[in-house]
Amino acid sequence: MKLKLLGNLFVAFAKVGVLTFGGGYAMLPMLQREIVDAHGWATEEELADYYAIGQCTPGVIAVNTATFIGQKLGGPLCAAAATLGVVFPSLVIITVIAAVLQNFAQLAVVRNAFAGIRVCVCALILNAVVKLWKKAVVDLPTLLIFLAVLALAVFTKLSPVVFVVAAALAGVALKAREAKR
Amino acid sequence: MIYLRLFWEFFKTGLFAVGGGMATIPFLSEMAERTGWFTQGMLADMIAVGESTPGPIGVNTATYVGFTVAGVPGGIVATLGLVLPSFLIILLVAAFLKAFRTNKYVERVFYGIRPASVGMIGAACVAVMRLCLVDTAAFAESRALADLFHWKGMALFALIWVLTNLVKGTKKLHPVIFIAASAAVGIVFRFAGA
Repeated sequence: MKLKLLGNLFVAFAKVGVLTFGGGYAMLPMLQREIVDAHGWATEEELADYYAIGQCTPGVIAVNTATFIGQKLGGPLCAAAATLGVVFPSLVIITVIAAVLQNFAQLAVVRNAFAGIRVCVCALILNAVVKLWKKAVVDLPTLLIFLAVLALAVFTKLSPVVFVVAAALAGVALKAREAKR
Repeated sequence: MIYLRLFWEFFKTGLFAVGGGMATIPFLSEMAERTGWFTQGMLADMIAVGESTPGPIGVNTATYVGFTVAGVPGGIVATLGLVLPSFLIILLVAAFLKAFRTNKYVERVFYGIRPASVGMIGAACVAVMRLCLVDTAAFAESRALADLFHWKGMALFALIWVLTNLVKGTKKLHPVIFIAASAAVGIVFRFAGA
């Protein structure tokens, strides 16, 4: 019985993995279809909750959501099955693509294509930054944190870990002062 | 032992990257700088492939980097390293779901981390721009302003920005369409000069 659930979870999340293009927001409708409608493993509201927590905890959102649902259904083993399910298609697909591209990387066509694609990636990352900015920068302190980290990350070789830890401390300190007033 | 180092590097990335797949980019960029396992240019290509194939971008890019560094086992090790910290954290959070959502310290910590995360992704964006929109080497040689910019790249960048932000009919199109179109433009206009 338990074994069957593990298998079902793995397959359901592997399906979500295969059918999600681009991650993030693209995944929510797929999760709704597979997890809420097809299996009834969670309600619409629970899914939204897990998704929100997945966004504000470290790691890949899709993976976090999968872990959450697996854990809720049957503990850590089910969480592991769901998590491995969601990453399995990526592992296979990317490995095949990487192996193929390796052999053609020096061709003029491939080099020109990727030079064009890099420009597109620039624009896509910029769009992601703008979208995230609207949610994260909500007042003057958050604006200052954003500007400080941006400048330091561009002009120094400090590890990103330093920024995350410092920003977390800054968040606690700033909000604590606000609460005292 | 390359596999252990890969696992550790991606474990750190998974532990500190908050805000989804894009948030892993600054960590990968710094990893490239520090370890010399791959170049910034290769990273940009891997992000592009990660965005245009099925699956979460963060996982795709980790698999790709791991494969580039140490073959098939490398891809597996990097992916598991990326996933493990959030797996453990979610198990913990799930046990205290209600307390977690309303805890004031959790809220304060993320109040600070969120803008920092955006700042880091912004810096990664600047790094990719330096790579494909400006040519500082040619500028240093000729001192002519016209040589500072990759004009073809700038034009394509502006076009994509307009199409993804301003034009109603194309705003909602999937990124993979823009990536495929950019590849075609790159080939036709010989973006790499090859």
